[in-house]
Amino acid sequence: MSENLATVSYIGATILFILSLGGLSNPESSRRGNLYGMIGMTFAVLATVFGPRVTAAGIPWIIGCMLVGGSIGLYAARIVKMTQMPELVALMHSLVGVAAMLVGFANYIDPAASSHLAGAEKSIHEMEIYIGILIGAVTFSGSVIAFGKLSGKIGGKPMLLPARHWMNLAGLLIIIYFGREFLHAASVSDGMTPLIVMTVVALLFGIHMVMAIGGADMPVVVSMLNSYSGWAAAATGFMLSNDLLIVTGALVGSSGAILSYIMCRAMNRHFISVIAGGFGTGGGTPAVAAGGAQPAGEVVPILAAETAELLREAKNVIIVPGYGMAVAQAQHTVYEITKHLRDKGVNVRFGIHPVAGRMPGHMNVLLAEARVPYDIVFEMDELNADFPNTDVAMIIGANDIVNPAAQDDPASPIAGMPVLEVWKAKTSIVMKRSMASGYAGVDNPLFYKDNNRMLFGDAKKTLDEVFVALKA
Amino acid sequence: MPQVIGVPKETAAGEKRVATVPEVVEKLIKLGFKVVVESGAGDAANFSDDVYRAAGAEIVEGAAKLWSASDIVFKVRGPSADEIGLMREGGTLVSFIWPAQNPELLQQLAAKKATVLAMDSVPRISRAQKLDALSSMANIAGYRAVIEAAHHFGRFFTGQITAAGKVPPAKVFVIGAGVAGLAAIGTASGLGAIVRANDTRPEVGDQVKSMGGEFVTVDYTEEGSGVGGYAKVMSEGFLKAQAEVFAKQAKEVDIIITTALIPGRPAPKLITAEMVRSMKPGSVIVDMAAEQGGNCELTVPHQVTVKHGVTIIGYSDLPSRLSKQSSTLYATNLFRLAEELCKTKDGVINVNMEDEVLRGTTVVKEGNITWPPPAPKLSAAPPAAAKPAAAPVKAQGGHGKSSAPASGTSAAVTFGVAALAFWFIGYSAPGAFLAHFTVFVLACFVGYMVVWNVTPALHTPLMSVTNAISSIIAIGALVQIAPPIDAGLARPEDWIRWLAVAGIALTAINMFGGFAVTQRMLAMFRK
Repeated sequence: MSENLATVSYIGATILFILSLGGLSNPESSRRGNLYGMIGMTFAVLATVFGPRVTAAGIPWIIGCMLVGGSIGLYAARIVKMTQMPELVALMHSLVGVAAMLVGFANYIDPAASSHLAGAEKSIHEMEIYIGILIGAVTFSGSVIAFGKLSGKIGGKPMLLPARHWMNLAGLLIIIYFGREFLHAASVSDGMTPLIVMTVVALLFGIHMVMAIGGADMPVVVSMLNSYSGWAAAATGFMLSNDLLIVTGALVGSSGAILSYIMCRAMNRHFISVIAGGFGTGGGTPAVAAGGAQPAGEVVPILAAETAELLREAKNVIIVPGYGMAVAQAQHTVYEITKHLRDKGVNVRFGIHPVAGRMPGHMNVLLAEARVPYDIVFEMDELNADFPNTDVAMIIGANDIVNPAAQDDPASPIAGMPVLEVWKAKTSIVMKRSMASGYAGVDNPLFYKDNNRMLFGDAKKTLDEVFVALKA
Repeated sequence: MPQVIGVPKETAAGEKRVATVPEVVEKLIKLGFKVVVESGAGDAANFSDDVYRAAGAEIVEGAAKLWSASDIVFKVRGPSADEIGLMREGGTLVSFIWPAQNPELLQQLAAKKATVLAMDSVPRISRAQKLDALSSMANIAGYRAVIEAAHHFGRFFTGQITAAGKVPPAKVFVIGAGVAGLAAIGTASGLGAIVRANDTRPEVGDQVKSMGGEFVTVDYTEEGSGVGGYAKVMSEGFLKAQAEVFAKQAKEVDIIITTALIPGRPAPKLITAEMVRSMKPGSVIVDMAAEQGGNCELTVPHQVTVKHGVTIIGYSDLPSRLSKQSSTLYATNLFRLAEELCKTKDGVINVNMEDEVLRGTTVVKEGNITWPPPAPKLSAAPPAAAKPAAAPVKAQGGHGKSSAPASGTSAAVTFGVAALAFWFIGYSAPGAFLAHFTVFVLACFVGYMVVWNVTPALHTPLMSVTNAISSIIAIGALVQIAPPIDAGLARPEDWIRWLAVAGIALTAINMFGGFAVTQRMLAMFRK
């Protein structure tokens, strides 16, 4: 395959990738979007393998690698549970990070890559390598930590080291200093030391950055790391003068950044404050303990049978799922109950907060898995006005996203975050394991409201009981 | 020593209600009280002395004996001058008082060193709903108003097509959608009429619809909710617009039921003589505000009159006309009040002025007039939902620029920085780099455009597919594994190969795994 043919294939692949992302913005076209992505990827890989830059000697290696990696990937995709999706995605980001690092190092030690360059071009090329490895390293270590946090291997609480902003600044200065050293290095072996030091600093930086971010902000982090993996690919593209890599990397990078921004906006958080970690800017002291007056009043518990009674008599029901539903794997029972009630003529709808769960759209995926039709699943803004006409709002394992303090209490750490106004329903039922506070560590005045009932217990178990009582 | 609750026979003319019923007598005795009922008190409401006796009440002959035997008197209507004379010094009275309209009555009661709880002054808060006698009476009145209208109306309410011809449904227009109005709407639509309703408070529109009525709006913007969920006096402009609406309705409808009241004021005159004249002969107006002067100019209080062929019903005793029902509900309201007064259940009341409900209800306390009470802290339906303070954003502040669509200066700064950066790149970078850079910047924008409108439901699949696409980085490794090499170039083959091999294998995991998992997720999205 000639150079031109390869280039044309690359253009085709680029178009397919753009169509793929575009298709993914709508459920109707989403499956076709994914298909476009696959075809585009196949084009790109085949055009490269049979293109002028790969000789026949490499093909057995490539096939071997692809087979091994591909089967691992397919296997992982098959066995992963839908509730573990966030972890899997985070782990996969880390692979892209590693790959970017490896490609960067390989490119640096390869004299063929830079032998024809001189002067400014050489400097730019080296800078590209440096930046590519830097982004790759941050993506890698950050994603690994995110994976640890999401899978519960590392605690969800933000780790706030004293003077953490200064540490980050120091890291940045070190990276800039060694970048200078690296550019002035006379030979490859001279340049290796600064490059490795930078890599280590970047890895530490990635760890530190994600460790400092609270669990509630994890969706933003995952999406941000997604964006980073794109920038890493784009940097590699510059390094290799490969337009396909640049375009694709930029597509992924910018879409990830936009996604993070959309999510931050949904939480009314500022992007920088999410990245800087923790709540507020207070240097290390969790603002949570001080924030907000303790809500007063009585918590009224309710039994599964009474819940069933309330649901049976309701005309309008809104279900607000949260991470608790994911943990308890209760989505199937939720669907059974929904189906039963809908058959009885009850108008059951789902209200999804933009940041419910631990990943953007987490709840939608789970409900889809349980075969809940997506036309009864609504966004927060679509439903909020309807709560006053709702008989029963059932909150399953959610807390912060239904916290009225976000609207009423300017001192609350989550003040200003848009929330689902479930307390406006005639009755709200909160299903929870205990009175513990949510990920944000804020007490919830909702629990103490007159029209609120608490249904304590594991969501799956209690919902099963509710379902049995409903059918009885 | 348990206190004695006395229930006299109502003395007002035509009053058929009684302040307690046998069922409630039992409950009051369970609270620890002793109950005394005047002989014949319940006759008009179909409760005989024997039934009271069976429930545990003592029956006494004559009002004088009853008043002197009672520590607490439960009544429906406010006491007459005679009754005040009979009242025990320092006693307690619970009844309707209407303190705003009857200041001299308050004075007389205060002179008796009495403690008086007015059932018309129960604060309108959620907790006090169970003792809100006004609502229970209004509910009955609304029902009865429709029944009275039906009685005087010469046609069916419901539309019918019979062998003997077609009957159009009656059209009913209800003014004021308070408790009485809503009850009237429900009753009339239950009978099959077409019901329309109007209220100065726009937020009751949904309640009207829920009762089966159609909400007629006045095309004039003014918030009509006053304190405590009641209506308030409206502006002149509004009244004019309103009158036009009413005039139009008057021509169309068969029955008008007016319930418009503003607390402590004469009822607004909404239906003019002109409007009455424009109505079809045989139409009916039920003026439920007759006692406060009437909503209709031609209303004669307490009477039924026919003017211009329109029957105008001015009864002010609608609840009393359903005496058994209204006595039962009123007695229950009084019992709930007794519960509040006697939390210890030992038959001794404690008028706790710290309690918001009791404070509002009490109009005279041991000879001191305590009416009007301080404004209620919270109404059942706050007219304007507390607006979230604008402060929160600031509270989190210090995170740099605002996220609002860029203001003029920040846009200018952004442009300035961008221009500088582009100048720098254009000045120092070689041409080959610039070509790539162009592609890069454009691709960023394409990514932004494409993703901006994604539905939140698809965030996860989108992220997963972009993740899979980012394994395009495999190409970087592919071109390194065995590139065509210029002869004679020393190259650390093994190192590069192994780095590239690892890179390809890892990205392959991502590539295949990413697309497969996306496919799995998307397969689940269905309608």
